[in-house]
Amino acid sequence: MRFMVLVKADKNSEAGILPNQKILSDMGKYNEELIKAGVMLAGEGLQPSSKGARVRFDGSKRTVTDGPFAETKELVAGFWIWQVKSREEAIEWLKRAPFDGGTEIELRQVFEMEDFGPALTPELRAQEERHREQAEQNAAKR
Amino acid sequence: MTATDPHRAIEAVFRIESPKLIAGLTRYVRDVGLAEDLAQDAMVAALERWPETGVPEKPGAWLMATAKRRAIDVVRRAPMLERKHAELARELEAREAPDFDEALDDPVGDDLLRLMFIACHPVLTTDARVALTLRLIGSLTTAEIARAFLVPEATVAQRIVRAKKTLADAGVPFEVPRGDELASRLAGVAEVIYLVFNEGYSATAGEDWVRPGLCEDAMRLGRVLAELAPGESEVHGLVALMEIQASRLRARTGPSGEPILLLDQNRMLWDRLLIARGLTALARAESLGGARGPYALQAAIAACHARALTGDATDWARIVTLYEELGRVAPSPVVELNRAVAVSMASGPAAALPLVDALANEPSLRAYHHLPSVRGDLLVKLGRAREARREFERAASLTRNERERHLLLERAQQCA
Repeated sequence: MRFMVLVKADKNSEAGILPNQKILSDMGKYNEELIKAGVMLAGEGLQPSSKGARVRFDGSKRTVTDGPFAETKELVAGFWIWQVKSREEAIEWLKRAPFDGGTEIELRQVFEMEDFGPALTPELRAQEERHREQAEQNAAKR
Repeated sequence: MTATDPHRAIEAVFRIESPKLIAGLTRYVRDVGLAEDLAQDAMVAALERWPETGVPEKPGAWLMATAKRRAIDVVRRAPMLERKHAELARELEAREAPDFDEALDDPVGDDLLRLMFIACHPVLTTDARVALTLRLIGSLTTAEIARAFLVPEATVAQRIVRAKKTLADAGVPFEVPRGDELASRLAGVAEVIYLVFNEGYSATAGEDWVRPGLCEDAMRLGRVLAELAPGESEVHGLVALMEIQASRLRARTGPSGEPILLLDQNRMLWDRLLIARGLTALARAESLGGARGPYALQAAIAACHARALTGDATDWARIVTLYEELGRVAPSPVVELNRAVAVSMASGPAAALPLVDALANEPSLRAYHHLPSVRGDLLVKLGRAREARREFERAASLTRNERERHLLLERAQQCA
């Protein structure tokens, strides 16, 4: 199963202040551990929201708002995607991360195909169905 | 209220720590069987202590310290045991107090790599290599391995016990092979990992056609190996092959578990993250000069499919060339059969049929259901329905996988 680990923004990350040498080297070591254990599939740090934008959807209308955005704590500043055997394993890996100072990191499980099961959305099911028909036609043509 | 079951949390710690622990202990006691017993004992001790004391800050170091104390106890208290143990006791006592952190840190991961080489040692049967690798490096329980391979738990347990005994009897050293031996032994490790992957990717037996959990276990082992042996191009080739193949897992089965063949798959379901990882690993293999390695070549073939947004956009001519190359470096009837399929796509079924017919008397393919299945496919395209039907029926009778048998019988029926 996969988990996404969400690192939230803070004043520094939003101001574009890079972490100090010590934090960078601790984080580097931690990432290396994750890679060596075959756990890390992806991971990126994000630039401050001042370099980003938001698009709002209303009917056919699209409204673009440029960053920065005010609610710092709600913003994402980085993420990992991990492959683990259990939720507990993901938590155990996260506990080993070199964060401090009251930082809260969020762990979210990624949907897998089988999680949808019979509750597969109608759209997806229709897509699958179309696909099956196509496959059958193809098979017949061959 | 605790957020998470403490027992399961401790098990998660074990899963993370156990390979390093067993590797470090094997270096210490020079016997992988004893090392695993000691690791088990330490984990039992942790299960007793940690629920009260909480998980220590450095759980790995705690486990290692506990296991090493126990190692000295075990050999001291058993003077009647074999001479080997008496020797070991003297050796352990003579050695300086072990540095637990150092043993666990193992910055280059040499101990873990040595453990992989032991688990995949040629003195062991293939079944034993698979079981031992999943147990020692993949941290799977005996029950999990048994479930994955649809065999009784006792069978797996016995396989592991026997394997450890075989290793001890043969006096297999705890080392990374050197020189010429390294390449062949590394190929042996890769083979075990790929075998696990394939059992998950297209199960040879049972009701499910794919078992994604097993693919994930294999990929994790492959990624670990790639970090332990970063300069070995074929290891990256293997990782590339597994990542790209696994990217199709979601699209490979329909809603009720039936197999969907490559060209019929909904490519929107292919996992882009795994494809990107696979292409990166392939580029790494090639940059290390390994473009002609058997795994890298197979990965390059898989990459041709991954890059094509639709089946029609597939570069079949390049795939034919890659199979020709693969046939030169790792000739096998299965490669020839796959080449024939690529030829039929690139140049039409009439060009491919003679290639398939040339394999008709190949002893190693006698029970291989893909041979009649491919031949049936070509015959359908050539309008020879009656012959095609016989081939599909034959293929259905050869496969041991229920889902696949069903699909093949369906195809037979379509050849009215």
